[in-house]
Amino acid sequence: MGLFEKFDAIGLARKALEDLGVDPFNVEMEQILSPTEARIAGREVLLAGTNNYLGLTFDPRCIEAACRATRTEGTGTTGSRMANGTFAGHRALERELAEFFGCPKAIVFSTGFIANLGVISTLTGPGDVVLIDADCHASIYDGCRMSGADILRFRHNSAADLEKRLRRLGDRTKSTLIIVEGIYSMLGDRAPLAEIVALKKQYGAWLMVDEAHSLGVLGQKGRGLAEEAGCLGDVDFIIGTFSKSLGAIGGFCVSSHPQFDLLRYASRSYLFTASPSPATVASVRQALQILAAGTDLRERLWQNAHRLYNGLEELGFSLGSEPTPVVAVHMGSKEETLGAWKQLLHQGIYVNLVLPPAAPEGKSLLRCSVSAAHTEDQITRICSAFRALKE
Amino acid sequence: MSTADYGEILEEVRRLLGRVVKSPVRIEEKTELVNDLGLDSLAALQLVEEVEDAFDISFPLNELSQIRTVRDFVLQIQQEIEA
Repeated sequence: MGLFEKFDAIGLARKALEDLGVDPFNVEMEQILSPTEARIAGREVLLAGTNNYLGLTFDPRCIEAACRATRTEGTGTTGSRMANGTFAGHRALERELAEFFGCPKAIVFSTGFIANLGVISTLTGPGDVVLIDADCHASIYDGCRMSGADILRFRHNSAADLEKRLRRLGDRTKSTLIIVEGIYSMLGDRAPLAEIVALKKQYGAWLMVDEAHSLGVLGQKGRGLAEEAGCLGDVDFIIGTFSKSLGAIGGFCVSSHPQFDLLRYASRSYLFTASPSPATVASVRQALQILAAGTDLRERLWQNAHRLYNGLEELGFSLGSEPTPVVAVHMGSKEETLGAWKQLLHQGIYVNLVLPPAAPEGKSLLRCSVSAAHTEDQITRICSAFRALKE
Repeated sequence: MSTADYGEILEEVRRLLGRVVKSPVRIEEKTELVNDLGLDSLAALQLVEEVEDAFDISFPLNELSQIRTVRDFVLQIQQEIEA
C-alpha cells in the first residue's frame, strides 16, 4: 500500500463504475471516422463532446501539411528548443500567431496546459497576487500554485466580486494578475470582459485571458473574446491552445509587453519540454490560415450551437446561461447523470460526463460541444436522444 | 469587523462552517476541518470566499494547506486582519 493509500477513494469510485459496466472517463474510440463520428464498442457513434469546434481535424489541407512536414523534417524534434534547437516552423508559427493577434511577440508551448503552467508560474512569484475566476481551468490553478504568489479567487463571472477583492489589495494591485477565460469550458459562458478590463485599468492590475475555448469561435476574425469585446489592446496576455479549434495539440501566449520574450528563458515548462513536432506545427499553421481566411466555419458553428441550445431548451432542459458551442446540460444526482450519459451512448451519442468537483457549484453536468462539421441532421439526432431521456 | 478579537472571529467562523458543513457536528477549536468536518476542496474554497467577505480581508488559498483545525483557521484570519 503506502504511496497508493491516497487513491483508495478513487479506486472505490472506479469499481462502482465498473460494476455498472461502463467507465465514462476511459472511453475507447476504436476508430475515428470523421470529426463528428467514431466507432465505440463496435458501434458508430455521433460525437458531441470533442471540442473540435471548427471540425478541422480531417481537413485535407491540414493533413497534407502534416504529412509533408513529417516527410521533410521527421517525426519529432527530440528535445526542447532551448537545448536542442528551434525548427524554422516554430519561428514561423510564432510570427504568424503574433501577426494574427496584432501583437509583436508569441511564444509556442507543447500543450495548452503547459502554456498556462509556464506563463503563470513564471510571470508571478512570491509577493505577487493572482486573482482568478472561481471556474478557471485546472491548468490555471496549478500554474498559480507553482508560482508561489498569493492566490485569491472571485465568484464566477462577478465583476462586483472581483472589484471587492481588488479594493482589499490596496497597493498590491500593481503586482496582481487577474485571470479569466474567454468561454468557460464547463458551463460555456463568456467572461464579462469589458467590465473586467475597466476594473483592471481602474486598479492598475494586469490581465490574462485564456481563449482556449473561444479562439476561432468568438470575434469577427476568430481571435476570441478579447476581440469580440473590443478589448484586444487592453489584455496583457492572451493564452490559447491548438487542441480545439485548430485541431492539433500545443499552446501559445501572445503579448505586446516589450519584455514578454524574456519568459522564454525563464519558463520551466518551455525550457524542459520537447517542442511541438513538425507535423503538429505544420497542421496548426495551415489551420490558422483557414481560420484567418474566412468566417464560413464560424458561421456554421454558431448555427449549430444555436440549433442545439434551442432544441434542448425547448425540451425543457436546464442549460448554461447563454448559447455557445459549449452546451452544458444541468442534471440531477451523480447517479442520474451517469445513467443519462450511459443511455445517450446506448443511443449512439457521445457527450462528456462532468461530475463534481470538475463541474462547478457541486452539480453534475452532461456537457456537449458543437462543431462546424456537424450536419443539421446530426444536431437533430442529438436533440432526439436527449428527448428520449425525458420519456 | 474592526478589531481582531479571537473570540469574535471564532464565533463567526463557527457560524460560517455551520452553513457549509452538512452533518450536525459540534464545532470546537480543536475540530479538524477535513478529518472531523469532512470539508472537501470545493467546500474549503467556498468557505474562504465567505470568510473574506465576512472579515473584509484577502485570504490567499495557498495558506489553506497549513490549516488543520478550526483554531489554526481562526489564528490565520486574525493574522490577515492585523496585516
